[in-house]
Amino acid sequence: MAVVRIPTVLRPHVGGEARVEADGATVGEVLATLVAGNPALEERLLEDGKVRGYVNVFVDDEDIRYLDGEATVVPAGVEISIMPAVAGGAR
Amino acid sequence: MRFGDISQAIGATPLVGLPRLSPPGYEILLKLEGHNPTGSVKDRVAAFLIREAERSGALQPGQRVLEPTSGNTGIALAAICRVRGYPLTCVMPENTSDERKQTLTMFGADIVLSPATEGSNGSVRVAREMAAADPDVFMPFQYGNTANALAHHETTAPEIIADLPDITAFVGGLGTGGTVTGVGKRLKRWNPDIRIYAAEPEYGDLVYGLRNLDEGYVPEVLDLDVLDGRIKVDSLRALEMTRRLVAEEGIFAGVSTGASLAVAIRVCGRLPEGSKVVAFSPDGGWKYLSTGAYAPGDVKEIATAISGTLWA
Repeated sequence: MAVVRIPTVLRPHVGGEARVEADGATVGEVLATLVAGNPALEERLLEDGKVRGYVNVFVDDEDIRYLDGEATVVPAGVEISIMPAVAGGAR
Repeated sequence: MRFGDISQAIGATPLVGLPRLSPPGYEILLKLEGHNPTGSVKDRVAAFLIREAERSGALQPGQRVLEPTSGNTGIALAAICRVRGYPLTCVMPENTSDERKQTLTMFGADIVLSPATEGSNGSVRVAREMAAADPDVFMPFQYGNTANALAHHETTAPEIIADLPDITAFVGGLGTGGTVTGVGKRLKRWNPDIRIYAAEPEYGDLVYGLRNLDEGYVPEVLDLDVLDGRIKVDSLRALEMTRRLVAEEGIFAGVSTGASLAVAIRVCGRLPEGSKVVAFSPDGGWKYLSTGAYAPGDVKEIATAISGTLWA
């Protein structure tokens, strides 16, 4: 069971929760479980089963693009974060 | 060192070791960009944005320059535009601190405000609309201008190579992506084994606001392929490292420096012993005093209280 952190804008689709639990051994499996239970999330997060380019997914604070992508293993107790891409701070 | 005017006194910043904060067996060094004329790395970027535009003819004498920025880029552009004779308009979120607005106004910039709820993406939107409506303004647009990364490719990275030829890894913050892209490409050209890591600020919910995910913005300047890892750092960790940096190493830096330092310490764990890691310090802490980031008190409470404005 993994804990997935949901960005503000998607919380209405998961009952307003900031964090939800979902089964899966890899990022891909966890996200599949998540969208199966909350179908409105699918189009916003995934494209052809892959994470959309403007969505960043982090496992234990690391961008999965530089790990094993959707095949990245999610150890027990480690948080998955879904975050929108944001330009700049103010710099 | 003697220079004709302020626009020439840019770069050649110190690379400073952190013997007290480096993990045992590793050497972390900070590239202190706060030593630039207006106090940040953006002096390099502004100089290249203006120089390349002058060279290409995109910017004509006396033409107005327009840029979405509430921070270092605005101040740096303002100084350069001032000495080169260009009026400047900066578009920034309305919740930008008075300190910033006053600094920019003092440098002679005109200020246009965008909705606070849209964050820096809103400033980009408003600036683009203004530029589209007025053919007489020139918008350098650092998020999409190759001169941004070029500044780092041509100046920042060669300085690092000259000072530390056996560098193992570089850590820079992710804003426009110009630093990691420009420095990263040049360092990898020098030695393809050099690892490049990005420290991604984890903004508070307030900053992400209620924008849709598909409004998320990936700057054109950022080349994700140059990175070997992208690691997010929340406000608390960045703040803790920034405060330790001044307490233990006597270096007063902005919060982005703390984020890069946190990532530098983290990646030492995956690099061979003896590795030399350069962390990037875009600016000093001075202009963030009014955020409360350096106030006495419990760092957790401070991080929670200001996480919405810390990076803004």
